[in-house]
Formats: sequence, structure tokens, C-alpha cells
Amino acid sequence: MSINEQTQFPLLETQGLTKSFIATLALSEVDFTLHAGEVHALLGENGAGKSTLIKLITGVHPKDAGTILLEGKVIEPRSPGHAQELGISAVYQEINLIPTLSVAENIFLGRQPMRFGLVNMRSANRRARELLETFHIDIDVTRDLSSYSIAIQQIVAIVRGVDLSAKVLILDEPTSSLDRHEVETLFSVIRSLKKRGIGILLITHFIDQVYEISDRITVLRNGLKVGEHQTQELPKVKLVSEMLGKELTDELMVQNGQQTNGESEHETFLQVRGFARRGMMEPFDVVVKKGEIVGLAGLLGSGRTETAHLIFGIEKSETGEAYVKGQKVNLTSPQKAIRHGFGLCPEDRKAEGIIDDLTVRENIILALQAKMGWFNHLSRKRQEQLAQEMIDALRIVTPDTEKPVKELSGGNQQKVILARWLISNPEFLILDEPTRGIDVGAHVEIINIIKRLAKEGKAMMVISSELAEVVDYSDRVVVLRDRKKITELEGDQISENTIMQTIAER
Amino acid sequence: MLEQLIPNLKNQIGKLKIGNFTWQNSRAFWTVLALFIIIVANRLISPNFFSIQMVEGRLIGSLINILDGAAPIMLLSIGMTLVIATKGVDLSVGAVMAICAAVAVMLINQYESGATDFYYTPPFVILIALGTGALCGLWNGILVAFFDIQPIVATMILMTSGRGIAQMITNGQSPTFTDDTLAFIGRGVIFGVPFPIYLYLAVFLLVYLLVRRTAIGLMIESVGINARASYYAGINASLIKVLVYVLSGVCAALAGLIIAGEVKSADPHKNGEWAELDAILAVVIGGTSLSGGRFSLGLSALGVLIVQSLLTGLYISKLHPTANLVVKAIVVLVVLLFQSDEFRRRIRQLVRRRA
Repeated sequence: MSINEQTQFPLLETQGLTKSFIATLALSEVDFTLHAGEVHALLGENGAGKSTLIKLITGVHPKDAGTILLEGKVIEPRSPGHAQELGISAVYQEINLIPTLSVAENIFLGRQPMRFGLVNMRSANRRARELLETFHIDIDVTRDLSSYSIAIQQIVAIVRGVDLSAKVLILDEPTSSLDRHEVETLFSVIRSLKKRGIGILLITHFIDQVYEISDRITVLRNGLKVGEHQTQELPKVKLVSEMLGKELTDELMVQNGQQTNGESEHETFLQVRGFARRGMMEPFDVVVKKGEIVGLAGLLGSGRTETAHLIFGIEKSETGEAYVKGQKVNLTSPQKAIRHGFGLCPEDRKAEGIIDDLTVRENIILALQAKMGWFNHLSRKRQEQLAQEMIDALRIVTPDTEKPVKELSGGNQQKVILARWLISNPEFLILDEPTRGIDVGAHVEIINIIKRLAKEGKAMMVISSELAEVVDYSDRVVVLRDRKKITELEGDQISENTIMQTIAER
Repeated sequence: MLEQLIPNLKNQIGKLKIGNFTWQNSRAFWTVLALFIIIVANRLISPNFFSIQMVEGRLIGSLINILDGAAPIMLLSIGMTLVIATKGVDLSVGAVMAICAAVAVMLINQYESGATDFYYTPPFVILIALGTGALCGLWNGILVAFFDIQPIVATMILMTSGRGIAQMITNGQSPTFTDDTLAFIGRGVIFGVPFPIYLYLAVFLLVYLLVRRTAIGLMIESVGINARASYYAGINASLIKVLVYVLSGVCAALAGLIIAGEVKSADPHKNGEWAELDAILAVVIGGTSLSGGRFSLGLSALGVLIVQSLLTGLYISKLHPTANLVVKAIVVLVVLLFQSDEFRRRIRQLVRRRA
């Protein structure tokens, strides 16, 4: 197929595409074009509208307004299956193939070559092998898909998509769980698809990879298209500022209110050296001092939550060592971390934080009770007293201590989890996105609580996507990119500008 | 009228508060109501249903029979409630009953044939049988907690192999015994009341204190509702899981000894046959959700009593016995439907539309 024949029309085009879900505008009048034989990166932070755009193009959701054109013709995809018939295939991060079937069966699922009314497995196997060979992938196609690495499974999913006569291939976070070598393999497949004239829409968090493989970039933010660029012409720092929605200014921002009067004042609480886990986080060092707030900044997927999980022992570090107040410690489970005075408010409040059917009281005393052991039972009266103290101190809005926590608002649930740690009197608190998804009033309150805790002498580590917030309360900022600690900013260096520049450049 | 009466009654009862336990809990209400209705129905069918007489130092009557007959499953329901509260299930309890009974009877036979070693004496035989139950529970618990095998599959291993193990222990026979101590567990009478009832009450009290007067009950519920968040909060979820399966194994051992004592033999096939399903059913009727979380040991016991009273009622009603299982299924279905919030919501809608 010749690419030139089709250049009169872009391969895929959307005009004024709009979609809103109950009360929120997810995508607003987005124009997007994808040419044949191009890799087009779609970038944006959480809630930018990337997945909404893809879901409209692949027919998962109906659009509210706008048009979708494929090779100049208006299309109305009704379902992912229908989109596939039209020539648009999508491969997601969680591969939706069947792990217990063979590679060949997966490639031909639903359209197996038949012979005398039976599935002709031999011909399916031969054709699968031929298909994979065109991408220089040589594997045993009769083995179960699950026996191969995630990278190979991705490629099988891609090959299946492409063989269904795809013109447009959408790759959603294909590299997020791959190591460097596997990424190379995947990229070589992408390059050979490009040569065949297939248009590839790529979503990824890895900025370096965007520059390695993509031809053009579209940036979304809060459901709006904020930029469309030739990759080679877009400086990284401009890209980052577009994604985060911060204008770059020449002069540094006003310094934050926290004064770090020399390091000597603070005593080191935690020192981590060379913690790392394959496929998760490159080796990093970090120090947290008493009475100090360390901010973790970076784009989505840069390794912020992973850093917190390694320190808290949810994921075990494969290398390195940790010291609490100079003593070498073992941080291989949350229980052990908690015993050393750690606490963690997780990012995913619902799945990892609250125990939704339990009452506010039970949720608040849980970590303290777990720390005290099974038989050292807090009396009901003491539990109520502690819970009530916290409800008052953090101004948790609830009629009483016995309300199931699931009936509280997001901000109040966040406060309950904070309270859970505060009554266990930790020396070190890790807060992962403590202000996400909560209303403005609660937002301010939680930031004030964070500052107060540091003033009381607690060591704090706070992860946030809100740069202004990080700049506001951090004494030091650890900047992460692509699962690597890039640098640490201190004192006057801490500003939204420098953080963005650091994310983009070094 | 009934539609007005029931919420009214519920409000009245709702004001009663016993300790931390409120009758406001609607599942509790429907479970108690179901038991009440079945007992009243039994009384209508058989006028002397409530009569209890003392015959030869033993209380005789339908109510005593119901409690005595329900005791083994009530014991199982204690362990099963805790296991289900952690989002698990223990399918092996019936087979564990058979194994423990087989162990006890084989050992006691040595004693009866003159062996004098202390571990053949009845108290030790009973201890060894309980230890065997605990060991079976430990096996289940380790598979579930440390190897992350789904509970239904993990306990199915012992469920299917357990009866084979029991047969191996008894050399394929159903050995009988005559020892009075062991038989007492199933047939003993104290102050006119059958011993299994005391045994159940004692175990209930012990386990109740263990889970409700310590933090274990809260940990069980927490792990059952959200295992990941519990782990993040520092709860040792694995140890909790092992504990509940071990308790379930010990309860099964006791239930197996009761059955063995009643019939003075260890039948590898019949002892505890279908018992796991009866226990699960009782827990569900008692309102503990199979998806884990909040549990009530007392309501699970009521669940057993509902089924047992129903079977007794069917027996005295002289209905053709072939209909028993179907009637049992229908009544269980009705109880479960009334516990379902969704079902009650629909009924209310229907009533409102009529009005």
C-alpha cells in the first residue's frame, strides 16, 4: 500500500469531539488528526481526556457532539468490535487476550481457519508463525500465551489487531511494565508497522520514549486540546509545562513560606540508600528529617507511588539498605515499617485506604490496634474517645463515630485515614496524593494539617500532582522521571519553574 | 395490615439494645422472625411441641431434640462463620469430622484391647483428635494465606481426599467402640440436658470471648472487607486467615466426635456427610455475607436452628418424607429473599404501586 495515495485525507480525524459524563465535561471540542505511517503521541495528566478520546474513537462510549472521520469518510463506531471492523484496533495495558489459550489461538480467536467444519489448528499455527516472523519474532505459537513475557503478550495483541486489517492502531500504555530491552523489541515492531502505512496512536507516560518513537504530539489537559506539535520541534520543558498547565516565567516564583534554616537543625529520621526493584523503580537514595516535608514531584507514572511503596515495604526492595535514626532496619512489609514509626496514606483511597463497611471509629483505631496486637484490646470506650478526639481535631464531618465510613465524602474519608495514622503517633508519614478528589475547603484544611504535623516534629513525605501545592509546603523536593530519581531541589531552588525544567531536561 | 405490622414491630424491637448489638440490623430481624414463625408453625401442627418431660433423668421433648440434633452443625457454624467473614469458605469440615472420628476410634480401640500407654487413654485420645482437626485447619490456612490459593479450591483438596484419609485410618472399615468417655461426647446427659448442647455453648462462649473481647473480631472483619487496605494498615492478614481455618478444623473435630459418640462408631462415609453445606447454609441464613466482612456467631446458630426446626416440623407433620428436601429448599429461599435488600425494595415498590 502506498502512503502517498492517502495523504489527501488524514487517516483518522476528529472534529469538535465532545463528551460529558454526569456533570463533568470529559472532552471538549477536540480536533485530532492522525496520518498514515505516523506515530502520534497523545499526552496529558490524569483526567486530561486521553482515555475518553480513545473510548469515543473505538466506540466504547457514544460521543455527544463532533465527527470522527476515517480516510475522509464519516464513521460512527458503535462498539469496539464495530471499530475493529472499520479498521481501528486498540491494545490496552491490561491485555485483553486469553492467557490459557495458545499464541496462535489468541491471534485467530473468533475467526479460526476451518476445515471440514473443524478448527484447522495446523494452518492456524503456520499462519501465526508467518505473521510473527514478519516482525522478526520467533516463538513457539502452540504454547500458552501466559507462558510468555508481558512484552510478547503485547506484541501478540498488536499482531492480532493488525491482522484484523487495522488501519489505525491505538496503543494505551504499552511499555509501562516492560524493561528496556523489551521496550526495544516493541519499538521495532512499531517501526515496521509504520513502514506498512499504519497510523499509530500512542499513549505513554514516558517522555523519553515519546521523543524516541513519535513523529507528532498532541497534548490534552482537562478535556481540552492544548497543543499539537512536531516532536522534533517541541522542547521537553515546553511539553511538560503544557501538560501541567503552568506558564513558564523568566523570573523564579516567590519562595515558599517554609524557611529551612540550615540543615543542622533537623535530625535525620530515615535514610534510604539504593532502594530499587526491577521494572518498578531504578535505584534511589533519599533522606527524610524530623520536622521536614519532602515533596515528591514528577509526572504520572514517573515512580512517585512506587517510591512510597518501596519505603513502606508494600513492595520489597531488591537492593540497598535503610536506616531509621542511624539504625539499620528491614522494611519488607508494612507491619515492619509501622513498627519503626511509619505511616502511609495511600493514593487509591477506596481500594487501599478505607475499610468501607466498617465505622468511622473502627477505621480510625485500626492501625493503632494492629500495632498494639490482637490481645491488647482497646476498650470500646477508649475507641470512642480516640475517634471523637480525631473527629474534632481534623474536623471530620460525620454525625457520630458509628457511621459507616463509606457514607462519608471523599475529603472526610481522607481525614479518617489521616486520623488512623495520627492516633498511632507515627514519627514518619507518607502521604500519597492526599488532596486528590476532595473539595476545595477540605483541600486547604489538609494542607494546613500537613504543615502543622511537620511543625510538631514529624518527618513527612508528600506526593502530589499539584505543583503549586508541592512548592508551598516542601522543604525539599525530590524530582522523578521515568522511574528514576533525577535530582533533589532545596531552598531557593524550589519553584514550579525549576521543577518543570528538571522534569523535562536533565 | 401485615405490611404495617412488621415495620411497626421492627421499630419496637429496634429500640431494644443489648450491649453493642442493636436489633436495628434488619438481617438479624428477619432471621429471628423466620425462626419464630417456624416454631409457631410447629406448635400448630403438634400441640405438644413445647412439652418437655423428665424421663429416667433425661429431658425429652421436641425442643431438646432440635438443640441436640443441631449441635454438631452449630459447632461447625462457629468456625465457618469466621472463615466466611474473611471472605473464605471451608468445604473440608465434613471430611475433617470423619478423619478426627476415625483417629479417635482407632486409638480408643487400642485402649479397649488393653494397651496401657497414656496416649491411648480417653482424655488423650480426645486431645489427639482435636489436634488432628487443628492440623487439618492449619493445612487449609497455609494454602489460603501463604500460597494464595482460592479458599474454595484449597479446602476442596481436603474435602475430596479427607474421606479417603479417614478410610485409610480405619483400614476401610467402620470400627465400633464401647468406651463410655468417648461415647459421652455424643450421648452424655448432665442435669437432663444432652452433653452436645453444653459443648456447643462452651465453645461458643470461648470463641465469642476470643473474637469480641480481643481485637481479633475487628481484624477478621477488616480483612474480609478489604484485605489490601488491612495489609496497608499493618494487620497481619495471613495470620488471621490461618487462625480462622484452624478454629474451623477444631470445631469440625468436636462435631465429628459428637457424631461418633452418638453411633459409637467411626463411619468414614457417613460421619459429617454434607455437613459443610449445612454449615455454609446456616451462616448465610444468619446473615453473614459470602463476600466477607461483618459476622455474627449468634445469628449463624439461629440459622442452624431454623433448618433443624424446619426438619423437625416436617417430620412431625407426617408429610411424605420425599417432599422434605424440596420444602427445606423453599423455606431457605424465602428466608434469604427477605434478607435481600433488593428483594425487599422491589416488594415495597410493588405494594406502593398497588396503593
